[in-house]
Amino acid sequence: MNTIFIILALVAFSIPAIVSYRWRHSIRLVANPKVELFVRVLLILSSLIAVITTVGIVLSLLFESIRFFNLVSPLEFLTSTVWSPQTALRGDQVGGSGVFGSLPLLAGTMLISAIAMTVAVPVGLFAAIYLAEYATPRFRNWAKPALEILAGVPTVVYGFFAALTVAPILRETGTVLGLDIASESALAAGSVMGIMIIPFVSSLSDDVIRAVPRSLRDASLGLGATQSETIRQVVLPAALPGIVSAVLLAASRAIGETMIVVMAAGLAAKLTANPLEAVTTVTVQIVTLLVGDQEFDSAKTLAAFALGLLLFCVTLTLNFIAFKVVQRYREQYD
Amino acid sequence: MTDTIDTSLSIPKNTSEIVHQGLKKRYAAEKRFRRYGVVAVCVALLGLVVLFSSILTKGYTAFYQTNIQLDITFDESVIDPKGTRKTKDLSSADYAALLKKAMRTQFPEVKTRRDKKKLYNLVSSTAVFALRAKTMADPSIIGQTHSLWLTASDDVDMLIKGHIPRELPENERRISNKEISWVDQLIEAGSLEKQFNRQFFSAGDSREPEAAGIKGAIIGSFYTLLVTLLLTFPTSVAAAIYLEEFAPKNRWTAMIEVNINNLAAVPSIVFGLLGLAIFLNVMHLPRSAPIVGGLVLALMTLPTIIIASRAALKSVPPSIRAAALGLGATRMQTVFHHVLPLAMPGIMTGTIIGMAQALGETAPLLMIGMVAFIVDVPGGPTDPSTVLPVQIFLWADAPERAFVERTSAAILVLLGFLVSMNALAIFLRKKFERHW
Repeated sequence: MNTIFIILALVAFSIPAIVSYRWRHSIRLVANPKVELFVRVLLILSSLIAVITTVGIVLSLLFESIRFFNLVSPLEFLTSTVWSPQTALRGDQVGGSGVFGSLPLLAGTMLISAIAMTVAVPVGLFAAIYLAEYATPRFRNWAKPALEILAGVPTVVYGFFAALTVAPILRETGTVLGLDIASESALAAGSVMGIMIIPFVSSLSDDVIRAVPRSLRDASLGLGATQSETIRQVVLPAALPGIVSAVLLAASRAIGETMIVVMAAGLAAKLTANPLEAVTTVTVQIVTLLVGDQEFDSAKTLAAFALGLLLFCVTLTLNFIAFKVVQRYREQYD
Repeated sequence: MTDTIDTSLSIPKNTSEIVHQGLKKRYAAEKRFRRYGVVAVCVALLGLVVLFSSILTKGYTAFYQTNIQLDITFDESVIDPKGTRKTKDLSSADYAALLKKAMRTQFPEVKTRRDKKKLYNLVSSTAVFALRAKTMADPSIIGQTHSLWLTASDDVDMLIKGHIPRELPENERRISNKEISWVDQLIEAGSLEKQFNRQFFSAGDSREPEAAGIKGAIIGSFYTLLVTLLLTFPTSVAAAIYLEEFAPKNRWTAMIEVNINNLAAVPSIVFGLLGLAIFLNVMHLPRSAPIVGGLVLALMTLPTIIIASRAALKSVPPSIRAAALGLGATRMQTVFHHVLPLAMPGIMTGTIIGMAQALGETAPLLMIGMVAFIVDVPGGPTDPSTVLPVQIFLWADAPERAFVERTSAAILVLLGFLVSMNALAIFLRKKFERHW
């Protein structure tokens, strides 16, 4: 099997080389309509793969979720405030109640995402304003890529950083201040996630701020407004749809983020708004339910797909709103 | 005269005076606003610096490993009493006995059973495998005495690197005063040294931190990315060509475009669920194999590369197409002979960035079982294996103190790969960048 694969890989790599060599060196350049049709069909099929993937995602999530909702009522899933997925393996076992209420998970996700957004939105927005309006081209040329490195760092690295560097520091500060900060507090995971999504806010906002035409600024400055007044009263309102959509996309990124919360957030589902406590999130539960041994018909494993569907719907809605905001409120300057 | 001056001061001021009165405040606001911007940029950059420096300071020590030099006598009566030199006999011999004997000769004063046991534990429990490998590679060694550097246990390693402070009270340390005194004796004799940690790059995973390496994970990542590249590159370039060069502007095309943009924003863990439901449960592909990981990551990077390739194709000016078409080329020939080669650098850049993204991805691979504990280095894309980020995740969970530095070192290696991939992308862009 492995050797077959290696041969296939070699062939796959050599085909483009051979084809391009033949093309460059053949005198006969007469097109063959059959070949062209064939290539065209291949191109169309390739472009359909993205659609097929989406359909595959929706169908697989829906199919498994329907099986889950045969075992657990959708009403319980959407309204119960208890999440305890331990189902009893045998009838006589105690302790395994198996209640699947997604509310505490959603609340935990929202809490951590909200912390992340309170870090990322002000920092990202002000950084974007500074880079677009004030910074010298030289500073901008190295600061913008440097900020974007933050988005390129693998999330598992942030998770490690949150769990082993930020969380202990927070806990020690808490002890000094007399606060009881859990070692898997929402604050640690949320603030590190906030650092991660700064570039999602700043890069997009920077683009839309720069897209506001020079003439608007000149008009405002010409009337005697200072630069910051121009930015606040002219540039930002003009760029607002783009900024809102950047923030929404960053929020959807925060909600779907997995590794940081798996490594730095807790496992116990709790309904709380206290950022110093440990909360769990939708993505954490998907991972805990599916990693390790699993029997494929239990409500426990199927619950992960229902959570996945929930996650997919929430992020899709956010993306859709972001898209609509830009489409509806964008001003066309030309 | 004085009267008129007085009235001019008291009557409502003219515009320029009103402006002047407020000016100080407005300039202060301007300064403040500007300062917020500087602070924001600094906070973000500080985050980056703290992140990197914390990992660097935690991780660089893992590139060195404490080794202990011992005179090992390859005693025939222990290894191969029958003198057969058969592989079977050699592989099942009691190499631990050789090690224990060497330790006893080094420390003749240690007498009690409990102390001896502690003494043997100074050397890693995996050192016997090194002895076995050495004997099996060259059986003529039997009967000779060699001075060998063997891996020290993780506790000794942590002590030498200062992660277990000597000042701690004995009962809070994982290593006792007696053991420390033996370690000090070894240091004085020159037979305990920190040496370059070759094992870290040449071994697979291990339960013992001192023997754990990242080779298995690197090879696993390599096969996974190979599968990803083979699948995603041709399809996404073909899709980009169709959408950019051939697709009619209608609702169907618009739907595909919206679809691709949405797919780019789907959380990565959802792709893992897709892989679990379809590739594992419906198609029954092997669990934990790079081939499934590669498939999932290919679907995930598809939108990234399609979007980048479309941008590259779009940047080729229409005059090129017009010239080719004017000379009688078909549309297909125009695209494949002229437009695509000119767009290739941009497409390559996008592909490398997509691959870098795939290399750092963890969550979807957890879903398809690439989190198993795998010691062997995978020999191909269907062997069970793990990848570098998942290895980092696994080690980050391990309780031993020594795994913290290994994890950080593995992160440094991963970041090294990512930096070089991105540098390559930037280099390609700068080298082939064209302004039409």
